Amino acid sequence: MKVGVVIFPGSNCDQDAVYAFQHEFSCEVVTLWHKDHDLQGVDLVFLPGGFSYGDYLRSGAIARFSPIMQNVIEFAGKGGLVFGVCNGFQVLCESGLLPGALLRNTSVKFNCQNVFIKPQTNNSLITNQLDLNKALKIPIAHGEGRFYCDEQTLASLKTNDQILFTYCNEQGIVTPESNPNGSLENIAGICNHTRNVFGMMPHPERAVDADLYNTDGRGLFESVLQLASASR
Amino acid sequence: MKFKAAITIMPHDALLDPQGKAVTGSMKNIGLPSIQNVRVGKHITLELEAANETEAKQSVDNACTKLLANMIMERYEFTLTQQS
Repeated sequence: MKVGVVIFPGSNCDQDAVYAFQHEFSCEVVTLWHKDHDLQGVDLVFLPGGFSYGDYLRSGAIARFSPIMQNVIEFAGKGGLVFGVCNGFQVLCESGLLPGALLRNTSVKFNCQNVFIKPQTNNSLITNQLDLNKALKIPIAHGEGRFYCDEQTLASLKTNDQILFTYCNEQGIVTPESNPNGSLENIAGICNHTRNVFGMMPHPERAVDADLYNTDGRGLFESVLQLASASR
Repeated sequence: MKFKAAITIMPHDALLDPQGKAVTGSMKNIGLPSIQNVRVGKHITLELEAANETEAKQSVDNACTKLLANMIMERYEFTLTQQS
């Protein structure tokens, strides 16, 4: 599987993603510079975390209009696989590839900690191998991760099984206390209606290496590879 | 014709504004406990060339809806003044 990791000015989790895909899951990885217009024939575009364009105006607002994003939007429109984490999720919402928006955390604090998330469905590229009854410990690091959308959008997310992860406690119970940023209904990750664009605030790519004593993120990557190999 | 736009962008009234809430909380620390419901938005000014006021308004509307404001979470309003 060939993965393209986009690098915007201000991206700072791009090398974590490259490391995870390349060293942990033996994928061919190329980096895609924001000024480029060539996706180099990748099977999956990964939008990493960071502070693209300094988070000026709103997180992801300016990155959404960078040259490479025009190709990413076109790629997604044709059914191409796009996965955004943290700032990548914000860019996907700003670009309209995913519904909703990410607002400032209700605490007004930048939250950098391990949280627990519960997969809500196996019907997606990034969750198909996950145990729906097991809470995953995955790190977050964001100041603007409060997922919000209007009632109508929320209803369609539910109807179409687009909610992929919700924040929960260690036992896998979704509680208000386990919501680190005030997200609507504890939503931590979603996909689009056509199930080829995925976004989440927690960082699974930071939880794949046993040397860091947390490999709970591996299941997401294994899901990606499972579906990619099955489609060949 | 040259115009200047002064744009105000505010979070939707229905949305919690944690920044505004924190600022409201600090009002009592400066001896102004009667101040309530602070909400924090953005003020943006820009200059543009347009054939007339209608065209200028259209351009500013475009800039706001496409980039300057996110209509999911914010609303905007602006005033336009012709520059001599």
